[in-house]
Amino acid sequence: MKTSHALAEDPGSAPQEFNYLNADYGVRSWLLTIDHKRIAILYLVMITIMFSIGGLFATALRIELLTPTGDFVQADTYNKLFTMHGVVMIFFFLIPSIPAVLGNFLLPLMLGARDLAFPRINLLSWYIYIVGAIFGTYAIIAGGVDTGWTFYTPYSTSSSQTQVIPTVLAGFIVGFSSILTGLNFIVTTHKMRAPGLTWFRLPLFVWAIYATSLIQMLATPVLAITLVLLLLERGLHIGIFDPNLGGDPVLFQHLFWFYSHPAVYIMILPGMGVISEIVTCFSRNQIFGYKFICFSSLGIAAIGFLVWGHHLFVSGQSVYAGVLFSLLSYLVAIPSAIKVFNWTATLYKGRISWQTPMLYVFGFIGLFTIGGLTGLFLAAIGLDVHLTDTYFVIAHFHYIMVGGAIMGYLGGLHYWWPKITGRLYPEFWAKIACAIIFLGFNLTFFPQFLLGYMGMPRRYHAYPPEFQVLNVMSTAGASILGIGYFLPIVYLIWSMRYGPKASSNPWNATGLEWQTPSPPPTHNFDRVPVVTQEAYDYPAMERNVG
Amino acid sequence: MADHAQAEPHTLAPHQQHQFETMEQQQETSTLGMWAFLVTEVMFFGGLFGAYTVYRYLYPQAFSAASHHLNYIIGAINTGVLIGSSMTMALAVRAAQLGNRRSQVVFLLLTIVLGSTFLGIKVVEYHDKFVHHLVPGANFRFEGPRESQIFFSLYFAMTGMHAVHMIIGIGMLSTLTVLAWRGNFSSQYYTPVELGGLYWHFVDIVWIYLFPLLYLIRGG
Amino acid sequence: MNRFLFFIPEQASSVAAQVDLFFYFMVAVSGFFSLLIAGLIVFFAFRYHETRVEAGRPAIDDREHATTHGHGQGAVMLEIVWTVIPFALAMVMFAWGTSLYFTLVRPPAGALQLYAVGKQWMWKFQHPEGVREINELHVPLGQDIRLTMSSEDVIHSFFVPAFRVKQDVVPGRYTQTWFHPTRTGTFHLFCAEYCGTQHSGMIGSVTVMEPRDYEAWLATGGGAAVPGQSLAQLGERLFNERACSTCHLPNGQGRGPSLVGVLGSTVKLEGGGTVKADESYVRESILNPMAKIVAGYVPQMPTFQGQLSEEQLLELIAYVRTLGAKDGGAAPPTVAAAKE
Repeated sequence: MKTSHALAEDPGSAPQEFNYLNADYGVRSWLLTIDHKRIAILYLVMITIMFSIGGLFATALRIELLTPTGDFVQADTYNKLFTMHGVVMIFFFLIPSIPAVLGNFLLPLMLGARDLAFPRINLLSWYIYIVGAIFGTYAIIAGGVDTGWTFYTPYSTSSSQTQVIPTVLAGFIVGFSSILTGLNFIVTTHKMRAPGLTWFRLPLFVWAIYATSLIQMLATPVLAITLVLLLLERGLHIGIFDPNLGGDPVLFQHLFWFYSHPAVYIMILPGMGVISEIVTCFSRNQIFGYKFICFSSLGIAAIGFLVWGHHLFVSGQSVYAGVLFSLLSYLVAIPSAIKVFNWTATLYKGRISWQTPMLYVFGFIGLFTIGGLTGLFLAAIGLDVHLTDTYFVIAHFHYIMVGGAIMGYLGGLHYWWPKITGRLYPEFWAKIACAIIFLGFNLTFFPQFLLGYMGMPRRYHAYPPEFQVLNVMSTAGASILGIGYFLPIVYLIWSMRYGPKASSNPWNATGLEWQTPSPPPTHNFDRVPVVTQEAYDYPAMERNVG
Repeated sequence: MADHAQAEPHTLAPHQQHQFETMEQQQETSTLGMWAFLVTEVMFFGGLFGAYTVYRYLYPQAFSAASHHLNYIIGAINTGVLIGSSMTMALAVRAAQLGNRRSQVVFLLLTIVLGSTFLGIKVVEYHDKFVHHLVPGANFRFEGPRESQIFFSLYFAMTGMHAVHMIIGIGMLSTLTVLAWRGNFSSQYYTPVELGGLYWHFVDIVWIYLFPLLYLIRGG
Repeated sequence: MNRFLFFIPEQASSVAAQVDLFFYFMVAVSGFFSLLIAGLIVFFAFRYHETRVEAGRPAIDDREHATTHGHGQGAVMLEIVWTVIPFALAMVMFAWGTSLYFTLVRPPAGALQLYAVGKQWMWKFQHPEGVREINELHVPLGQDIRLTMSSEDVIHSFFVPAFRVKQDVVPGRYTQTWFHPTRTGTFHLFCAEYCGTQHSGMIGSVTVMEPRDYEAWLATGGGAAVPGQSLAQLGERLFNERACSTCHLPNGQGRGPSLVGVLGSTVKLEGGGTVKADESYVRESILNPMAKIVAGYVPQMPTFQGQLSEEQLLELIAYVRTLGAKDGGAAPPTVAAAKE
């Protein structure tokens, strides 16, 4: 019986002589490219570097937390480590990751277009990211920043003696990269679809990126202006958040979270889009509930703007505001639940293969479910009083950001690796890495739920001795997780030179990106495709098999 | 699976970028792009308007006392200047639409002149505030409720952010003027002028909101 | 702690058991759905593995019919079911959590009033009898205790896991929390809002004592401050020293409004509007008298910004609280008799 294993040699298409990778050589051809595929690679390099830096900070954190009073690092250093871990991971890794790498690469291909709507703005986005990264790097080298990635006032404006201004500038600048990318994707999706590609024939990855881009465009500017106010307050003491001058420090929290809550949906929606692509291909099934998943993405984006106050339950916010935010927070959970059920139902009566991308899908669905359910604990305002600002929150968001988003990113990277590089990754090592990541992840973060209920506050480098056992378990898990993340860097780079060459459609998947060679030529399609099928028409493919 | 249609060979019209199939697609896409960008600008200013709303609700007397120190006559003149510049901008777009090169250049230049006048008047206002110790920070002195400093913080943040957008707009208009003078635009292709107009009108509208909220709340 | 549920802190307040019960419910529901999804995935992954399924299987056609785009009748029904059930569960969680919350944020009347000031990096507590503590808080068992708190610098957060209470402590205003200890012992106190270098050092303890022991402890001045001067007495002295008494005559004929019975009342403001006269209002009126002028009076009160510490402000508030109290406010508040 025929399996859906990647085909090393497809007799129908010879390896492409001219593709976007070898179309031109030299550093200038890369740094001045306007090809969305090359820009995606530029982002891939940068976010891998940023992920490694953020990971190093996390490693140092977890080593410090092995002992209750241990002084692997000083208190001030520890405070800088967790701050910079957050800033780097959120602004320079998670938010760009799937959109800027996979979105950039795939959106025009999935739409049957030659490039994005605004290719030069796309390159500008990357350069803006670089400028932001330079400010961030300067801040780290010049001594670091210790306000927490949340920059709460008045600590960040009146008390901290660290590199607040360069870091805030870094965040401000990199936000424009995010805004422009989102704008580019929205306009491209509206205006550059191939003939016959109606909205409800779009791959769900496109819908996910579209919903993400809406949030990026609408929420990020609010963060930008909040950071401007923060800079003015810190630099000039204008009084806007200073209680001595009538300012309200909690207003900062409202402005900050108005962006930062939708930001978490920026970080998870693209991963959900990846899952929809992979789960259909490797179960050879139509997606279950296409429109429901579609509208759930939009629903998450919309309701996601209304729940920011759940970060302020114990801030002194009005009791009735808190209750309202709690209700809305429960509502935003429903569309995510719908998606999980639909993905699971897609597996039913499928013909499933356990390729690495599919293993990441399994991991994502399980871990995202746990992460999402623990969000319900926090949405209950009466329980959040006990749990907020403890390790329970840390475990919750890492289950979603790492167990969810990063696994989605890695799954997508593996799935589209043949398209991006023209090579197949080594399946054996990829499976091993996936298993190590899954085990390491759970060992790192599950104990933190327990620590949180026990009362261990977050951002503590010293803690009462009864918390030690769970902390040691968590650090052990982190070392395993680190190994798991290191492996793909090695074997993916290896595969670019030594991996077997891939055909245009090694997974026998649906979608326009697979109708062009691997890697694609610079102009993507020789002729503009005309679409006549619904998305994920695997049943039609299956009927032709066997 | 998609069928590959026998598409026309992909030749490019003048000014057509390679990613577009037709000039019409390019024009529609660019226009949507500018509108989308203006939406992000609304959100950007929205944060400031949000902070203003909160503090004005909390400290109405302080705000009205502070607003007395703004010269609403000068503010009104500036408003007129800016609305005038929007009119000249609209006329510039019209001239481009009609393919009239001379008028385009004249109206664009007039818009730049009016915009610069606005900025000049703002400089005078800012200087006056500085001289009277009304710039928030270490040198702020005010006879009245201390929360007035917050009003002035918002005044400078909002009008300052607006001024930055105007400076960028004037830069953009200057580029358009040079291109128009060189004959880049015609009745077939004047999208950049149109989009420049959209941006300029947006900056005008922001001021239309700022003026009453900052200058006209002197209270009863 | 030799318990299976080692990660549940001691239940040392009246509300802890309720919070834990809700937590167990959440764990049960989450556990159920996690196992359900994980189980289904594992089951499907094996049952429908390609080695066990024939390619081109006929089941495709039935399935395709039923589920294409989720338009099939069975599919839409399923979507509705798995939307409505989670929604209903979510509403139960919301309602239960909210009801818990109202218990947590509404201190019963007649609670013993204590004060806390957070500053980098310590907690300062004040008992109405005048005893001050640093980083340790002694309280009597079986009594409602209300804590009014402020910060001297940045935002901190008062967190006692054993009581299941947490409340941010914000500069420039008062926040409050309350608890009813149900067990004697010493329990962790943590600062739960990052506040700088020694954030993890801003910890202490809450010690719950039998009421008799608490009285005895208070009588000895808690081993710390000068006994005999209650907070209200200290406040009265300040009130006179700083000449507040010159304008705020009790009969309302002075330059400033009378403060008798003001705390807790609703005050009419000049220019329309009213305000609830809570501790934050009194504090604001001392530090920023121009902000809210009482109807019928002119703005002429000088500001005391920078002239009074947070503790002194609390003393004044404690004194004002006694004005217009039913017993004439003469006696300093003592530990009330146990309610049950």
